[in-house]
Amino acid sequence: MKTIYADNAATTAMSKTAIDAMTPYLAGIYGNPSSLHSAGQAAKEALEAARGKIAALLNADPQEIYFTSGGSESDNQCIRSAATAGAAKGKKHIISTAFEHHAVLHTLKQLEKEGFEVTLLDVHQNGVVKAEEVKAAIRPDTALVTVMFANNEVGTVQPVAEIGKVCREAGVVFHTDAVQAAGHLKIDVKAQNIDMLSVSAHKFHGPKGVGALYCRKGAPLMPHIRGGAQERNKRAGTENVAGIVAMAAALAEACASMDENAKKVSALRDELIKGLLKIPHSKLNGDVSLRLPGNVNMCFEGIEGESLLLLLDARGICASSGSACTSGSLEPSHVLLALGLPHEVAHGSLRLSLSEYNTEDDVKAILKAVPEVVAYLRSMSPVWEDLEKGKIPHLI
Amino acid sequence: MALYSDKVMDHFTNPRNVGKIEDADGVGEVGNAVCGDIMKIYLKIENDIIVDVKFNTFGCGSAIASSSMATELIKGKPLSQALELTNKAVAEALDGLPAHKMHCSVLAEEAIRAAIKDYYDRHGIEYDKSKFPDPAEEEHKADED
Repeated sequence: MKTIYADNAATTAMSKTAIDAMTPYLAGIYGNPSSLHSAGQAAKEALEAARGKIAALLNADPQEIYFTSGGSESDNQCIRSAATAGAAKGKKHIISTAFEHHAVLHTLKQLEKEGFEVTLLDVHQNGVVKAEEVKAAIRPDTALVTVMFANNEVGTVQPVAEIGKVCREAGVVFHTDAVQAAGHLKIDVKAQNIDMLSVSAHKFHGPKGVGALYCRKGAPLMPHIRGGAQERNKRAGTENVAGIVAMAAALAEACASMDENAKKVSALRDELIKGLLKIPHSKLNGDVSLRLPGNVNMCFEGIEGESLLLLLDARGICASSGSACTSGSLEPSHVLLALGLPHEVAHGSLRLSLSEYNTEDDVKAILKAVPEVVAYLRSMSPVWEDLEKGKIPHLI
Repeated sequence: MALYSDKVMDHFTNPRNVGKIEDADGVGEVGNAVCGDIMKIYLKIENDIIVDVKFNTFGCGSAIASSSMATELIKGKPLSQALELTNKAVAEALDGLPAHKMHCSVLAEEAIRAAIKDYYDRHGIEYDKSKFPDPAEEEHKADED
């Protein structure tokens, strides 16, 4: 059975370009970049070349790029740094949104315990934050605004440039978790007035376990992991040279083919959305147009997401859901709840996230499988029976 | 699939006794859609024997598998035996469930008890009420697992 991988928001397959870039640094050029000898200096050169490449792709300076273990570490370090710097000036207020990644939300929750006040902005029914609401929430004691570039579950793209402008005018540090955006959407840290930004290599066909953060010169950055003097004293630990080189290669490739990929992938996405909306009592979650090229997120009433995923997996389709049962908790996805979806609807969600490696045939197979599986699960669902008999009202 | 045992996957992808019994003698429904699990069990009873049983379930893979296994375990059995079916027995028959899915087997046990209670109520049969605790409270207990 052919596997149809439609979970690219979770992780992507590594590109050949990234693998080819990486392998020399696993085998031959294995020196420690901190070593003075030639083996170490060869690794150091590769490291700095990767830094320069990534900086150029984000319109940053090389000295503003720091390598980390991934998106979560970058988020943690950026937010903590801005919070600590703010607190030193008596500023202990942070603005964010209710549908950030847990790497952001859980860091903020911890900061609340440490005496910070957090305002979580409404993301509205369409999953898009309003820049004027960011502006209205800024107070004299606001230390940081952190709003994601694009949401990982519903794929909605935030007005980052507008938010950046509002923050710059107010003199507040602006961080954006760009994990889902990098390599897929245009990022220009200067034009978009971004002070801090997080990326993760494995979301754009790079390897897992490696990421980067951008911190504008003059914005506060403090070490999160302490130890050696790597990354100009901001991130201790021997650099993941092979991973970093592969990340730079993957990002360069993704950015070079961004328009072409977006055109192809969004056409597949729109075909999927159009086909899936034919299923009665289904709904697209998140804004129709302000969304990542590869993101499809739907709810189907009367069924539960985990059983849907398992039956799709049995047909070779890898997808994701925001149901409680897939999260290991009793609550469905905080993102879907933030969009105002009722619990019973949020349980029946399906996320399909495409990449340029997906094909027209994949879409056809998904459009055949999903309606059949949904109909099958509905046929044994007492909730669906009650909905159809009018005992309980349809919500979507 | 590593998440579930082969037995769970078998009963999930190929569930036994799915459906409804239009002239059921007892029907039990437990769980709620907000939490993401609803199980409904239909019983056909003759001379205190469960001669037929069907289920409808809204829920995850283990909820559907638990319903399927529970119906298999009580089919053809006297009511007294069905009342002794525990959630642990359902989970064991499925070669185990992940810890955070044990509440699915609890729902199956409760749905059967609710269906038997409904049968007693409908037919004016006396029963020991203490043996039928409020499923809502049981659900809370399961949530804390």
